[in-house]
Amino acid sequence: MKKELKLKVNGQPYELFVKPKTLLVEVLRDLVGLTGTKRGCSSSSCGACTVMLNGMSVKSCSVLALQANGAEVVTVEGLAKGNELSPLQRAFLDHGSYQCGFCTPGMLMSTTALLTENPKPTKLEIKEGIDGNICRCTGYNSIVRAVTAVVKGEYKEAK
Amino acid sequence: MIKDFERFAPKTLKEALVLLAKYGDDCKVICGGQSLLILMRQGLVSPKYIVDIKGISELSYIKDGKDGVKIGATTTHRAIEKSPVIKKKYPVLAEMETRLASIQTRNWGTIGGNVCHGDPAGDPVPVLMALNATLTVAGAKGTRSMPVDKFCLDYFEVDLRDGELLTEITIPAPLPRTGTVYTKFNVIESDLATVSVAASVTLGAGDGVCQDVRIALGAVAPTAIRARKAEKVLKGKKITDALLKEAGEVAATETEPISDIYASEEYRLELVKVLVPRMTKEALARAKKA
Repeated sequence: MKKELKLKVNGQPYELFVKPKTLLVEVLRDLVGLTGTKRGCSSSSCGACTVMLNGMSVKSCSVLALQANGAEVVTVEGLAKGNELSPLQRAFLDHGSYQCGFCTPGMLMSTTALLTENPKPTKLEIKEGIDGNICRCTGYNSIVRAVTAVVKGEYKEAK
Repeated sequence: MIKDFERFAPKTLKEALVLLAKYGDDCKVICGGQSLLILMRQGLVSPKYIVDIKGISELSYIKDGKDGVKIGATTTHRAIEKSPVIKKKYPVLAEMETRLASIQTRNWGTIGGNVCHGDPAGDPVPVLMALNATLTVAGAKGTRSMPVDKFCLDYFEVDLRDGELLTEITIPAPLPRTGTVYTKFNVIESDLATVSVAASVTLGAGDGVCQDVRIALGAVAPTAIRARKAEKVLKGKKITDALLKEAGEVAATETEPISDIYASEEYRLELVKVLVPRMTKEALARAKKA
């Protein structure tokens, strides 16, 4: 039996009907149609499905969608303001912080969550911040460099 | 694929207990679901009904008092990790949490869910054993409490009887001159433990004698265990390196490790012999500073 699920995704309200077993990642990709959030391992290991749920980073492959009822979800599509990418997104581009790009949405969400909580993380704290995200290409150093550049104030917030 | 189930989302403990009494063995409790959903996806668990207690806010709290701290079962790992009172008075708990899985998992997963999952490699239980924690469970017939080591029965099996729910974890205030530490050996920092060790040492006033000691081991038996014989080696004595070495060797005899992809049985035994003395020595150093 499907149940009603009301939630906001990137500020936009949605009213959906989902089965109790439906996962948040399935709602985002298949019902809302935002495929930036990736489904990698489906077992809480890789972090490619990371989104923000009421301001906290979670792995959307391991959250029952109905548990997000009434919540605010931010996906990678919600980071840009209009056509202006977020400071982290621009820094990732400039530092080549991706190869295949599959981990990038999750990396961006984890690092966005990190900087929201702790705007001045040390290099170690940045590494801890992406501890739940796997990049198999592997571009961890360039990701850490990009976040460091944002921390140093090299990228301003879009107006 | 996860099989279909019916989900109930009670808002109070009372409502949850009514549902659990009604659906009994056909139902599973979910909170953050960070352990259960993985088992369900693998088809290892396929409950007909799910009682989702994530929304029971009355069970999400950290209450510090004179006698100790009380933690509600639906408190997230992250809330414990970041709690100023936990960091100040029970630092080992916060240290353990920072090594439990990833930030994302800790943001949604709960301490009660982890304890009830009964994984012998889980992080919280050995630490709770070393801290001498008590668990409170509620059921239709009322509540009962037990030490955490009595709660762990077997591999993925805990002492929750028909329709019972874990509600609270109580950690007594540490005695003066007590130090508690935790570590796990693993290849990747946030992985489950290959072997984990928690140790707590309490020193006597002025004499430096080990007044009390608790050593708990993870991932070396069907449940996390207390190494009680090893504790006896140290209790009432002035701890020396020779005694610590002996305690490690005795602790190894109390385990029954298995071989798996992470380590062989023999390797785990060696880890116990190395980590028990090392961590107990660290606990001793902390006790001297406390």
